[in-house]
Amino acid sequence: MTEFRESPSQTAGPYVHIGCMPGVAGIQGMYGDTDPGSEMVQTVCADPVISLEVGVLDGAGAPVCDAMIEIWQAGPEGSFGVTRGFCNWGRAATDAATGVATFETLRPGAIGSQAPHILVWIVARGINLGLMTRIYFDDAPETNARDEVFKIAGDRAGTLVARSVSGGFRHTIRLQGPDETVFFDV
Amino acid sequence: MTDIPFRRRDPDWHPPALAPDYRSSRLRSPHHKLLHYAPTETEMTGPAFGQDMPGPEDHDLLINFAQPGETALGPRIIVHGRLLDENGRALPGKLIEIWQANAGGRYRHRSDGYLAPLDPNFGGCGRCITDAEGKYLFRSVQPGPYPWPNGGNDWRPAHIHFSVFGDGFAQRLITQMYFEGDPHIALCPIVQSIPSEAAIDRLVARFDPGATVPMDIRAYRFDIVLRGRQATVFENRREGL
Ligand SMILES: [Fe+2]
Repeated sequence: MTEFRESPSQTAGPYVHIGCMPGVAGIQGMYGDTDPGSEMVQTVCADPVISLEVGVLDGAGAPVCDAMIEIWQAGPEGSFGVTRGFCNWGRAATDAATGVATFETLRPGAIGSQAPHILVWIVARGINLGLMTRIYFDDAPETNARDEVFKIAGDRAGTLVARSVSGGFRHTIRLQGPDETVFFDV
Repeated sequence: MTDIPFRRRDPDWHPPALAPDYRSSRLRSPHHKLLHYAPTETEMTGPAFGQDMPGPEDHDLLINFAQPGETALGPRIIVHGRLLDENGRALPGKLIEIWQANAGGRYRHRSDGYLAPLDPNFGGCGRCITDAEGKYLFRSVQPGPYPWPNGGNDWRPAHIHFSVFGDGFAQRLITQMYFEGDPHIALCPIVQSIPSEAAIDRLVARFDPGATVPMDIRAYRFDIVLRGRQATVFENRREGL
């Protein structure tokens, strides 16, 4: 059965935008000029839109300006079923100057006994296997504390918590260093 | 079905986060071990893309950026194969996205300043959805090797980047496809970050004369495998025979 082992990963490299977000790469006229995953919320959506800003820093504290971040999350009702006007998957590039990716999304509801959270996947030049992490929300500390995955992060769980800001949440992912974000092998 | 977790990844099979000869990995590699938990509904589900998502030319890099009646410059190739999971099951209806340099080794990207010229008829991206048997097919030009800043005289082997979706977000994978016989494969710090020759070999596409179209286009075969669900005891016995 060895021939059916998973294909090994390789870095997405610095030009990931070409294939996944051609508009960001500056390539016009591809894919109807709409990058996949760039529109999570359509106008028909009833729930309030939040802005989720995710910054990525390297081990020297410098912004990672060529990353692609994908998120996968429940809708406001706490499921992955169809929410009218909402796509549970989003994809954004970190900004070429600031290293911050912005998602316009809906706040996820709790899924069963799990606290509201967003699954995050980061690829970039220098990242050999996409990094998986989660985002929780700072205004639900009690719910977070009961969440089984949050508990596994132990005394580093704070690195998973996004901070409330006007209009949404702000989160920083540190790839390396004293406050290194918790990454998961799931 | 969705409550049967995926098999855990083998950390010795994939490249380690820190591969010092690949300089960019030095400051972008976590030092802590990845923490494991039993996957939940969040990790076992993922986005689905319909057969109608790609346009009719999205898989054809020869023409999907070209002026009407023109095609991209370079050796014409088909790249095709199957998308499977670790249990050997086909994964139908899955999105595969690719990107690559042109035949001269130049990317159409604001950050690429290599002196090889852009091809006005080549964008360098394509996508398709796997068919009912997990098969996919792209047409393109063979990309050129290109130099890259890594502290020395480093050249990437000719390669095509692949982004692949499965059923669950935990299967998400990005990798690269290389071409059989390329001498740069053995010299590239990115390729050689993969610990074993057996694993590297899985990323090397084979020339496929049977799929070559006479007087038209040559073909390469590249199969992709995503994580599979852990087999039940019953499935194990049946498939082990
Ligand atoms: Fe590349």
